Amino acid sequence: MTTVSTTVPAAHRTTAGGRPPSRPARRRRLSQWGFIAPAVVFMLLFFGYPLVRNVVMSFQDFSPSTFFDGRSPFNGTDNWSKVFHDDLFGKALWHTVVFTVGSLVGQFGIGLALAVFFTKRFPLNGFLRSLILLPWLVPMVVSGVVWRRILDQDTGVLNSFADTLGLGGNTPWLTSPGTALFSVILVNVWIGIPFNMVILYGGLQEVPRELYEAAALDGASAWRTFRSVTLPLLRPVITVVLVLGFMSTVKILDLILALTDGGPADSTQTLGTLTYQNSFVQLDFGAGAVVGNVLILISAVFAVLYLRANRSEGK
Amino acid sequence: MLFPLYWMVNTALQPESGLLDVAPVPHAVDLSGFADALAEQGGHLLTSLAVALGAVVICLAVAAPAAYGLARFRLPGARSIVFATLITQMVPGIVIANALYSAYVELGLVNSYFGLMLADASLGIPFAIVLMRSFMLAVPQEVIEAAEVDGAGTVRTFVQVVLPMSRNSLITAGLFSFLYAWSDFMFALTLNTTDDVKPVTLGIYQYIGAHVGDWGSVMAAAVLSAVPAAVLLVLAQKYIAAGITGGSVK
Repeated sequence: MTTVSTTVPAAHRTTAGGRPPSRPARRRRLSQWGFIAPAVVFMLLFFGYPLVRNVVMSFQDFSPSTFFDGRSPFNGTDNWSKVFHDDLFGKALWHTVVFTVGSLVGQFGIGLALAVFFTKRFPLNGFLRSLILLPWLVPMVVSGVVWRRILDQDTGVLNSFADTLGLGGNTPWLTSPGTALFSVILVNVWIGIPFNMVILYGGLQEVPRELYEAAALDGASAWRTFRSVTLPLLRPVITVVLVLGFMSTVKILDLILALTDGGPADSTQTLGTLTYQNSFVQLDFGAGAVVGNVLILISAVFAVLYLRANRSEGK
Repeated sequence: MLFPLYWMVNTALQPESGLLDVAPVPHAVDLSGFADALAEQGGHLLTSLAVALGAVVICLAVAAPAAYGLARFRLPGARSIVFATLITQMVPGIVIANALYSAYVELGLVNSYFGLMLADASLGIPFAIVLMRSFMLAVPQEVIEAAEVDGAGTVRTFVQVVLPMSRNSLITAGLFSFLYAWSDFMFALTLNTTDDVKPVTLGIYQYIGAHVGDWGSVMAAAVLSAVPAAVLLVLAQKYIAAGITGGSVK
């Protein structure tokens, strides 16, 4: 409601408004701001406000009873010390690190291999390349649900397949604390491969052909060419892919909720799911805000890296 | 790579008690899973469609003028706005939801279509601005100046000259904001406390809780909710590829 009612009239006023023609420059400037103002207001409301509000909320006391009657008194650093003294926070932080690093390594490795594979000419190349995008486009919750079926211990196809091969078909992929995090990473790798592949494929197309020809003349092996020609030239693209992959992985919620709901025994709880659990399950929005702020801090570090990488690539 | 999706379709087509093994290829196509899924999730699919289309409209209406403004006018602070746009793409959604929830309660936007459309539009707006801006930077200045010499105001030049020339980037941005909104689960989960506004992603999530035994219809619902992605991929391949790369590079 607020966004539209405050911004739309402003845009009208500045474009069609009756400014005295004696100040055309000022009028033009105002109409120019009219183009940008709605977006600025929208982003302030949907990004700026939540960022500030989360910091404030992390110093407020919310509980199921206080939340709904509107009283949420300030309680100093109570939320912070409560969250930091909870073992679950340390666990969630560790799981986030493992989940993020594991996903990135898998997505990037396989994505790069596929990207290199697709630089070869073969029939149906373009068709297959776009078909591979599908896992990335399907809603993450849906992928999670499908994989939950595949990884089911008793009736899932992965275990029955392993059984046929004689590899023991009784792995509790999602139901044992020892394997659940690994399985969640596996699924996230599957989801992230297309994105890595497309960007890296684009980067590979930019590598000048002459360099490969020169390397071939020098008698360099395929591996040597890859290491000394392809990788160095691909570096800016690699940085961007890794940072963007990090940003999207570190905050994942849908997938983990659909696969394990953070369980079993909190073995797949990450900072993202913990924020959700605190706020929307326990209704302790103060604790949720604390974890959320930690998540933002981590993201901010990588946001800086991304902007640096982007700038050095641009010029 | 595509096996899980094949398996989704395969499972959806088989009558299944949930305890029996699933055949690698359906022996006889059984559409009862789809009938169940449509009966239970059909309304949620329509909700998703309405919310996603609304989000696209909001997203383009807000982002297209901004992209043009940031590409064309020399305004003080424009650079920092572009910078902020890049930053916003990195704010974790759950953090936004955390703060937005209490604001939504006060504004009466919880459990409303409009509230969810606005939140979902926020997923696409920064991306749309960045993408369309880089496209509009490439519109030749002469064309714009010619239009203005002919007496067209800034708004008319934008609507009648720049927008048509930027058609491809509008389609790409619209497509992605549709996919973002269609895939959204987090805002649907957090900004709704009743069943009034329930997109299919939330529907499926709750469905697995209640129907673990009936995977056939769960998978059928999954297939139905994946249809837009598949259709868009077939119809608009080049825009999707452009969007994925365009979003990563400035």
